[in-house]
Amino acid sequence: MIHPALEVTDLKVYYGFVHAVKGVTFSVAPGEIVSLIGANGAGKTSLLRAVSGMVQSSGQIILDGLSLDGIAAHKRVQLGLGHSPEGRGVFQTLTVLENLQMGAFLQTNSKKIRDKLDYCYDLFPKLRERAKQLSGTLSGGEQQMVAISRALMSFPKLLILDEPSLGLAPKIVQQIFSIIQKLNADGMTILLVEQNASQALKISHRAHVLETGLITLQGSGSELLSNDLVRQSYLGL
Amino acid sequence: MQDLLQHLINGLSLGSIYALIALGYTMVYGVLQLINFAHSEVYMMGAFAAYYSASALNLEARPGVLSLMILLFVAIFFCSCLGVLIEFLAYRPLRKAPKINVLITAIGVSLFLQYSAQVFFGADPKVFPQVLENTTLFTFFDVPIKSLDLSVFVVTLVSMILLYLFIFFTKYGKALRAVSCQIQVAPLMGISVNRMISLTFVLGSSLAGVGSVLVGLKYPKIEPLMGLLFGMKAFVAAVLGGIGNIPGAVIGGLLMGLSEEMVVAYLSSTYRDALAFGLLIFILIFKPTGILGKNSAEKV
Ligand SMILES: Nc1ncnc2c1ncn2[C@@H]1O[C@H](COP(=O)(O)OP(=O)(O)OP(=O)(O)O)[C@@H](O)[C@H]1O
Ligand SMILES: [Mg+2]
Repeated sequence: MIHPALEVTDLKVYYGFVHAVKGVTFSVAPGEIVSLIGANGAGKTSLLRAVSGMVQSSGQIILDGLSLDGIAAHKRVQLGLGHSPEGRGVFQTLTVLENLQMGAFLQTNSKKIRDKLDYCYDLFPKLRERAKQLSGTLSGGEQQMVAISRALMSFPKLLILDEPSLGLAPKIVQQIFSIIQKLNADGMTILLVEQNASQALKISHRAHVLETGLITLQGSGSELLSNDLVRQSYLGL
Repeated sequence: MQDLLQHLINGLSLGSIYALIALGYTMVYGVLQLINFAHSEVYMMGAFAAYYSASALNLEARPGVLSLMILLFVAIFFCSCLGVLIEFLAYRPLRKAPKINVLITAIGVSLFLQYSAQVFFGADPKVFPQVLENTTLFTFFDVPIKSLDLSVFVVTLVSMILLYLFIFFTKYGKALRAVSCQIQVAPLMGISVNRMISLTFVLGSSLAGVGSVLVGLKYPKIEPLMGLLFGMKAFVAAVLGGIGNIPGAVIGGLLMGLSEEMVVAYLSSTYRDALAFGLLIFILIFKPTGILGKNSAEKV
């Protein structure tokens, strides 16, 4: 039997009295790109944080057949979660290489680590050039590359990307989206949150629209791209 | 000239011990943004642990490098355990509480240890066992280089080099820097933040242990309140260098020791302690981030 890569049921997130996610159910099948789109404050980041254990939540999260209930964030990495957080969260005082090594913190096979490092460097040749540079001195786009590569270094079964294109120049945005597609073609399952809804929907197999903590629409990427509501609210057409 | 050289040596020797203690303040601050007021009492307890184990093992009868190593080991071990215990019992339950609560708790722990030490060890000073003979090893431009000063210098240098190698070149050292940089993101790497915080306390307290033995040897009087002023000066040294900054703590410590020695030598020993507080006020007014203060440049 094939498990979904991720199965989220009735997920709720509270921050004190703020009810950020109000009971969300969705799943990601192995090999899919699934995206979540929604306005600012819709609860997208909160949802992703709940999945990787950075915030408390109620409901059920099942990763590759295994319930994550009660499992601390740092232990979820071992189970196959890779998370490139909102705002990139690069370790600024560490070099690019050290950041990537931190991604592989739990890995013990040095040959596998080296191969994965090469894989990341091939995806983003810029990072190979900058390996010894402090990450804090990188441009925003380069820092995003570090964040994605760092998440890849933990050999995730599911890669979570929170707004990878935020604040980047159009050319770099294009590059990031084509890398996401390449990762997927190489077999990576991806859960993507994006402000850039049109790009995200184009590369997604399925997508969900999140509005004030609830999923209000879902469908394949192309269905949502042609949906009138989506076109009006998120694509500005 | 000869005079000045002698004062420089004394100042560096004292300053390197300040630096050791300052490193503990700065490392904990770097990770938790907490000024660990109990750190100076960890240092004081280290001195007593060394004192009692020296008399238990009768080390004074066998002065030498081996005895010094044994004392250092005892103090390091004892201080590490105490530091980790303090964090675990007093600070960890408050991990999500406002910073001010933790700060007040730190002061509480500090007072608790001071007065417990007075109850258990007595309030009057004890003479620290001299496990190293203070002989003149050689003269340098007519200044006698004493074995004690040289030991202080070598031991602090080795400790700092080891710390540097650990923090910058080992996996756990890098993880420690990662936690200190982005505590929320570190778990996404599989790094256990709690374990790294314990590690920080082990490292900082170990250095305090080393410092306590060196102070015991050089200024051989220990008492339960010995951490109060010494810790305060080491803390000022950490602020001077830029709190949270590791090389800054070393620079701050050395500057502190040197300027204290110079004040005593060329002004008056009355101002010895005023200097630290004067410096603190001066830094806080003119450069609150310290000499190597963290630049908080963040890219959006
Ligand atoms: N740490 C927090 N404490 C309190 N409230 C929070 C916290 N983080 C988020 N919120 C609130 O939760 C709601 C959802 O925020 P979230 O960051 O998940 O939205 P988002 O969809 O990711 O938005 P954006 O597109 O701006 O990134 C918002 O109303 C926000 O103000
Ligand atoms: Mg967000």
